[in-house]
This record gives sequence, structure tokens and C-alpha cells, in this order.
Amino acid sequence: MRAVEYTRADTLDAAVALLQGDSSAAPLGGGTTLVDLMKCGVAHPSRLIDLTQMPGHDDVEAGESVLRIGALCRMSDVAEHPEVRRRWPAVSEALLRGASQQLRNMATIGGNLMQRTRCGYFRDPSFTECNKRDPGSGCAAMDGENRGHAVLGTSGSCIATNPGDLAVALTAFDAAVHILGPDGHRVLSIDEFFPLPGETPEREHPLGHAELITAVEVPVSAAAAHSCYLKVRDRVSYEFAAASAAVGLEVLADGTIADARVALGGVATKPWREPGVEAALIGRPASAAVFREAAALAAADAHPRRHNAYKVELARRTVERALLTVSG
Amino acid sequence: MPGSRVDEGAARADIELRVNGVGHDLSVEPRVTLLDALRERLGFWGTKKGCDQGQCGACTVHVDGRGVLACLMLAYQAAGHEVTTVEGLAGVDGTLHPVQSAFMKHDGFQCGYCTPGQIMSAVACIREGHAGSDADVREFMSGNICRCGAYPNIVAAVREAAQREAAQEEAAGRARR
Ligand SMILES: Cc1cc2nc3c(=O)[nH]c(=O)nc-3n(C[C@H](O)[C@H](O)[C@H](O)COP(=O)(O)OP(=O)(O)OC[C@H]3O[C@@H](n4cnc5c(N)ncnc54)[C@H](O)[C@@H]3O)c2cc1C
Ligand code: FES
Ligand code: FES
Repeated sequence: MRAVEYTRADTLDAAVALLQGDSSAAPLGGGTTLVDLMKCGVAHPSRLIDLTQMPGHDDVEAGESVLRIGALCRMSDVAEHPEVRRRWPAVSEALLRGASQQLRNMATIGGNLMQRTRCGYFRDPSFTECNKRDPGSGCAAMDGENRGHAVLGTSGSCIATNPGDLAVALTAFDAAVHILGPDGHRVLSIDEFFPLPGETPEREHPLGHAELITAVEVPVSAAAAHSCYLKVRDRVSYEFAAASAAVGLEVLADGTIADARVALGGVATKPWREPGVEAALIGRPASAAVFREAAALAAADAHPRRHNAYKVELARRTVERALLTVSG
Repeated sequence: MPGSRVDEGAARADIELRVNGVGHDLSVEPRVTLLDALRERLGFWGTKKGCDQGQCGACTVHVDGRGVLACLMLAYQAAGHEVTTVEGLAGVDGTLHPVQSAFMKHDGFQCGYCTPGQIMSAVACIREGHAGSDADVREFMSGNICRCGAYPNIVAAVREAAQREAAQEEAAGRARR
């Protein structure tokens, strides 16, 4: 690891100012992505601005119309918050299925949304080809070991999977990301927060250098209250998703689906909402046959590579099982 | 190992690291992990380095009572907080912590390399109320890998220690009433 300096910021405003003054400084949350990538030789900040030692921004407020999660909340605290569990179970489950308890105790919500891909070629600088790490250098994953890589949202430049779990649940339930920067406060929808790789896979989010996530907000909805997060992986726990689904259903007394939310994880370059699947559910009876039919529409336009074609069928079955789970 | 190579050239500054209730003044660079500070500078060798990448749990310690990975935390991040290592669990007279005794009774290890991390996770797992079933123990301790595969005995040890602690608390509660 290269030498680095370390500063504790007392407020988010102070952190923004510190970042503005140093173009190679980086904010530090729990460090579970950043310290790791510094050790791998992928990240080389000159200075770390530790956000986690300041008071505030670590509250979960479950209000009448919205859930507000401070950016400095730890994953484990949000996962176990009783109101999150009751009214946004998919959010709690997505957090609990991520990483390990030690990592969840360290990792912040802001850092979680900013986590980098687990693509082995990105994480290992001894591979010279990686458009994310070194724009224009190529993509070793295209014809390399790509079993874990994305089948949706890929481009000719990059097929790296977005590995996050929380972001999938946030995508299903229309979360907003609150941002503070030199020009003040702005809000992005979770969809805007994760651009497609296109020709610029090195840009994983629209934040400027001195912009910080301050909070995440998730609206109250009946679908969020009847939701689940299903994560399928190579081992039962402590593993990234081979495929995952955040699913929520609002079902009327007569059994008709009034609202449906479906998003996929582990298979795409960004958390992947499935409006086609949702449309095939809404207005129809909540039955196993309808679930199967709708789930079959997931992962349309998939572009599998040599080792990851299994993800297409796996994603559909994951959606179907999640729908059965949440309605059962 | 990626994290253990230390190049020259960065500013040095002093931090105080509180480990097992005792303060230690340290001159380390900001890039030094809590794990390397504990092992290489302060001699707390109980905390193990397995993967050094957040993937095995061998380096688990408590910071302010919660399990964390010392290999992905910088010593500077821990400054001003209470760090507990496996050396801090036994009583001053050497009496083992109930979780340590349970690991011995149930043979919760073979080579023992993962054991300090397992024990630190187990203590946190019980304290946080996640040791109510075998499935819960497995889930909340999944961040601790055991290459010897001592898992069944580890789960048995954690479950017994949790049950004992619960029984003791109940008895203490009755005594107070
Ligand atoms: C072994 C292992 C297994 C894992 N498994 C999973 C898994 O199964 N599922 C999953 O979802 N995740 C998993 N993760 C990833 C983990 O969830 C992330 O590393 C973590 O959430 C990052 O949060 P942090 O606070 O530690 O971020 P940091 O490492 O501190 O920061 C990450 C990035 O975000 C920036 N940043 C931090 N805070 C802010 C902010 N407030 N505003 C703007 N930028 C900010 C930093 O500069 C850095 O670039 C795993 C990680 C490891 C090491
Ligand atoms: S040494 Fe820290 S997790 Fe393996
Ligand atoms: S006892 Fe050998 S690694 Fe666990």
C-alpha cells in the first residue's frame, strides 16, 4: 500500500471543503472497499478524509411517508432496525445477506452504494486490460474468466457486475440519494445514481470529486411492506450473488395484484429494475402461474458471454421464487 | 502479502490505541492496519492474519464492543476507541472466558489458526442475541472461515456458551428479586 495521509472531518461540510482542496483525497467510510483496494494497488488516494468519527448522519428515521437512512449508518444497524424490518423487509434482508457481520458492523450506507465491482481483472493490476481501472486499455473479462460477470446492461467496454445487494432493494422501491457538494445539496433517483457503463465504465456514479452522499430515502409503500430479498449464491452465506431479486407485491383482498416491484442483482452492470415483469403482474391474480409467466420476462435482452449464460435462467427462477415467497 | 509491505515516505504522527483497557502511544503511518499495529507493533499476536483482505475473519477483534476485521481497518480509524483482542477476554487471574472454555470442551478447533477470530465473533454473536439457533450461529459467524472444518464443534461450543450465559443471567435476575 502506498503512503497516505489521514484526516478526521468534524462535519460533512468540512469534509466537502477538504476534498475540494485536494484532488486526490478520498472520503473514507468503513474502509471495507477502499482500504481493500488500496492494498490491492487499485486505489491510490493521497489523503483519506474519515467521515465516520463525526457526530450525526447515523440515524434511521422511519416516518409516515419515507424511510431516511443517514449515510454514516452501519449496515448492521440498519438491517436490524425494527421499523426497517417491518415496513421495508427487502431492505433489511438485502443488508443481512451482504458480506459478514464484521463487515456490516464496519461498512456505512454511503460507502455501500459506492462499493466497486468484484471483477477479478479490475481488482488485480497485474492484468493490464481493464477499462474501468485504466480507460482505453481493454476488457480482459470479455473473453476471460467471466462466470460472475454481467449479462444485462453490458457494453463493448465492460461487463463488470455491480455487486451490491442493498442497491437492488433500493432500486425496487424507488429510493433517492441525497448528495452534498461544493454547490450545495441535490437529490438523484437511485436509477440516475447508477449509470450504464457504455463507453465510460470508469464512471460508476455521477458524483463529483467533492460530493458526498448524506442520506438515502425510501418511500413508504404497500409493496415495500410486503417484500423480500432472495439471494442465490455459490455458498449459503458470505458470498456475492450469482443472482438475486428484490420483490414487493401489493395484493388486494380479491387476490388481484395492485402493485409489483421487481429488481435484479448479481446479473447486471447496475441494479436492474424489471418494468416488463412488473407490468405482467399488475392487474392479474397473484397465482403461481402468473408469477411464472411474468418471471419468464426477466433478463430480456441478456448478452451472455462464455461462462455466464446460466445467469439468465437463474435470474428468472430467482424472481419466480421470490414472488412465491412474498405472496405465501 | 499485500498489506504488510511498508514503503518509506509518509508523514508520521502519534495516535493512542486503547487495547484491552490499556492505552498505548504509537508512532505509525496512517496506512498501517489495526491488524499490523496490534501484531507487529504491540505484540498482540493472538489476532491472526489469514487472508489480509477481509475474507476469512482470522483478524476479528472488537472495537467498542462490536466485531470488526482488523485487516481492513486502519489503526488511525481505531484511535480513541476501545479495542478488545482475544488476550483481553480471560479474567486477570487467568480464568478463561466462558466462550473459550466452551471451545475447549467441544474441541472447537484443530490447527487453531482461526480460533481467536472465531472466539471474538462468538462473543459478539452471543452478546448481540444471534446465538438462538444453530442456523443463526452459522449465519452470523459465516465471516469466520475454518480451513480445518471444525464448524460443527464451533457451533456446539457457541450454543452451549450462549445457553450458559442465558441461564446465569436468569439466575442473577432471580437473586436480585
Ligand atoms: C469480503 C467481502 C465480502 C463482501 N460481500 C458483500 C456482499 O455480499 N454484498 C454486498 O452488497 N457487499 C459486500 N461487500 C462490500 C461491502 O458491502 C462494501 O465494502 C461496503 O458496504 C462499503 O462501505 P464502507 O463504508 O466500508 O466504504 P468505504 O470502503 O469506506 O468507501 C467505499 C467508497 O465510497 C467512498 N465513500 C465512502 N463514503 C462515502 C460518502 N458518504 N459519500 C461519497 N462517497 C463515499 C469512498 O471514497 C470509497 O471510494 C463485501 C466486502 C468484502 C470485503
Ligand atoms: S485476515 Fe482479516 S479477514 Fe482474513
Ligand atoms: S481450526 Fe484450523 S482453520 Fe480453523
